Amino acid sequence: MSEHAEHAEHEVSYVKVWAILLCLLVVSILGPFVGIKLVTLITAFGIAIVKAYLVAKNFMHLNIEPRYAVYLLVTMLVFMLLLFAGSAPDIMKREGRNWVKPAVHAEAQAPAHH
Amino acid sequence: MRPIATTRIAAGIPTGRLAVWWVVASEIVIFGGLLVSYIMHRLARPEFAEQAAHTNVWLGGFNTFVLLTSSLSAVLAHKAAVGGDGPKAAKLLYATCGGAVTFLVVKAFEWTAEITHGYTITSSTFWSFYYTAAGLHALHVIAGAVIMLIVAETAKRNLELHRVELIGIYWHFVDIVWIFLFPLLYIAK
Amino acid sequence: MAESIPADATHGHDDHHHAEQSFWSKYVFSTDHKMIAMQYMFTGMAMGLIGGFMAYVFRMQLAFPGIDVPGYGTVTPGDYNALITNHGAIMIFWVAMPVLIAAFGNYLIPLMVGCDDMVFPRINRLSYQIFLLSAVVLIISLFVPGGGFGGAWTAYPPLSAKAEYSLTGLGASFWLVAVALEFVAFLLGGINFVTTAMNSRAPGMKIFDIPIVVWTIVVASILFMASVGPLIAGAVMLFMDQNIGTAFFDPDKGGDPILWQHLFWFFGHPEVYVVLLPAMGITADIMCVFARKKMFAYKTFVYTMFGTGVLSFTVWAHHQFVAGIDPRMANIFTVTTLLISIPIAEMCFIYIATLYGGSIRLTTPMLWALAFVAEFLIGGVTGIFLGASGADIYFHDTYFVLAHFHYTFFPIAIIGTFAGFTYWFPKMFGKMMNETLGKIHFWGTIIPFNCIFIPLFILGGAGQHRRIYNFQHYPELAGADMQDLRIFATTSLLVMLAFQLVFFYNCFISWNKKQKDAGKNPWNANTLEWTAESPPPHGNWPELPTVYRGPYEYSVPGREEDYFPQNVPS
Repeated sequence: MSEHAEHAEHEVSYVKVWAILLCLLVVSILGPFVGIKLVTLITAFGIAIVKAYLVAKNFMHLNIEPRYAVYLLVTMLVFMLLLFAGSAPDIMKREGRNWVKPAVHAEAQAPAHH
Repeated sequence: MRPIATTRIAAGIPTGRLAVWWVVASEIVIFGGLLVSYIMHRLARPEFAEQAAHTNVWLGGFNTFVLLTSSLSAVLAHKAAVGGDGPKAAKLLYATCGGAVTFLVVKAFEWTAEITHGYTITSSTFWSFYYTAAGLHALHVIAGAVIMLIVAETAKRNLELHRVELIGIYWHFVDIVWIFLFPLLYIAK
Repeated sequence: MAESIPADATHGHDDHHHAEQSFWSKYVFSTDHKMIAMQYMFTGMAMGLIGGFMAYVFRMQLAFPGIDVPGYGTVTPGDYNALITNHGAIMIFWVAMPVLIAAFGNYLIPLMVGCDDMVFPRINRLSYQIFLLSAVVLIISLFVPGGGFGGAWTAYPPLSAKAEYSLTGLGASFWLVAVALEFVAFLLGGINFVTTAMNSRAPGMKIFDIPIVVWTIVVASILFMASVGPLIAGAVMLFMDQNIGTAFFDPDKGGDPILWQHLFWFFGHPEVYVVLLPAMGITADIMCVFARKKMFAYKTFVYTMFGTGVLSFTVWAHHQFVAGIDPRMANIFTVTTLLISIPIAEMCFIYIATLYGGSIRLTTPMLWALAFVAEFLIGGVTGIFLGASGADIYFHDTYFVLAHFHYTFFPIAIIGTFAGFTYWFPKMFGKMMNETLGKIHFWGTIIPFNCIFIPLFILGGAGQHRRIYNFQHYPELAGADMQDLRIFATTSLLVMLAFQLVFFYNCFISWNKKQKDAGKNPWNANTLEWTAESPPPHGNWPELPTVYRGPYEYSVPGREEDYFPQNVPS
């Protein structure tokens, strides 16, 4: 309550952060039009990560929250990585040594056009 | 009638806010489970990407803009509440709810268009994930908006102002989920 | 972590007077953590009776195939599947979790950390109401057209997704909704436990002054909250597969049934630690009190518990070794699974070291605590065979697995419950339980328990397959014709069930106005709950306590008494 100067600064900051977020949004929409896959990846997902970071830090005030709150949330994300790492070898394959996923193969051959 | 327990702060974060962090943590793994499943399919099957081309990136982008702006009004509401200005905080929370309603209306139009074009939830695995993920997110938007209205009604009378920050944190989380849903569901390779 | 110890008002609810509460607000719609704990306890125990009855029925069918089971009737194949499915689901979700976490957690956490209630009493009440609803929905699922869900508690699709396979389409959807509601109830409840333990500690109670049972219940709640998400997502997907015609898990239409397995077990494995940790915490606290000795390596125990929690997220696919997963992943999961036995073994060693040199009093709670360690060790050791993927190829889906997890779950859910219940009964109800009856009940449960499940190890080793309702019809799945062992196991179950009557009789005669009052601290224990009245009033204490030391200062040299309560200034 005693940081009035900081508050004024913060108010400008919130709108500034919002403006940056919008710019990033525009870039991420335009990215695919460049046509290069890597560029699309970076503009789509790289920017998503940056946007999420900005919202978490500035709007959720994780920058002034005790550290363990950040650790908690990051740990949940790490668990999701674990889930991916443990499941991907099965879910992302369309055939193994003794099995196939016929429906997935068929989909690749003749993609459905609506 | 609040127990003394609720007022203690041995862990350094006021009780309500501490609880919201735990809520956000458990929501991360709920959406995380769904999105990890989606991502695995999306990375492994190019057919998915082809389907994703049929989602409307302009409406999706507009909705992203709406949610980002609603996050701004939510954090400005928090700033007002911290300053003790309940009525102003309430007004900004109403604006945030307005953003939520806009988001949902746009989504309704979007889905109607897609369904009438034949892209239903059973059309293919991509569309099943699309509607489920966006639908689960929309449910959280609705729940958040309802709670926000209740908080705003109380804040208007300068009561329970700390709750403005709490619903704000939840709202920013809902925004972040959409920040990731947007590229995953809309931006085709 | 900043430890702000606010000079808060330690006065409880003496500044506003409660009007005499109606029956409804005192017993049914209470927000008092102790009443909510009792609600969870009794609902959990009632569900335990239902789950136990189901076990009785299907064990009778296994021992005497085709029999008209007294109290039930003939057991059809569909009946059998529904019985085993719901026995498993009920025991884990509607008995172990509500009793060990919700009942003991709700009752003990505010009392042991020294505050007047949970931080969110109304959310606490809501969590019980949702839990009760989930139990009601589950019971309804047993009686809908088609019958109760028969796809095993693991609900693997396509069996669980397609009504034409499971023949219990409606039951399957109701079952899934019941499980989902239970998850929501425990997510809500967990927030209360964690936040209360973190924030509402009494002045002076530092992090390592918290009793182990609070630690374990809190960590269990955290594990639950961190692991249940993917399964909630999976349940939504399965529900849609069942009812809308999506194909998340339908291989015919591009879905992947293994995805469900991964989502399920990613939660399913941490879940067993979710129920294990509170039982270990209860055991630890009981052992310290009845060995009159400080806990050996308390801090190590806490760190090990965290380590176990984290490791528990890395082992899940050992349930899927023969499901067709990538064998290289199976290798990795074998290593992590075998690794996780180490911290648990370490915690058992800490128990033994705590007992060593102690002044042991073999009261009923102590007997249960000792039995927990002994029986759980057998369960844990047999888990090593199953964790090694090579051996698991033989053992998977045999009775060996069943015996292994009953040697872990039974100590957790039953022995842990009786340990806690007999120990805290004086606090909860103000009277002592009868020691002789308690010991009769103890031996009458433990001996038959071993007689039920050791034969199942033998049967499993011989290759007897799980989830088969009649081995006369499928002799090739029986492993060997050991009908004698099946009959012996069933008979032992009947004996064990009969001895539970002793427990109920003990409760009935003990919880009686005419009995002598137990007093505040009949066990001469250190922790804060023993400084409140028995039973504690609303608000727990007229003046909330301050803490000066850890919870395990027993047999401190130089003191006249062999215990040193936490709230007594030096």
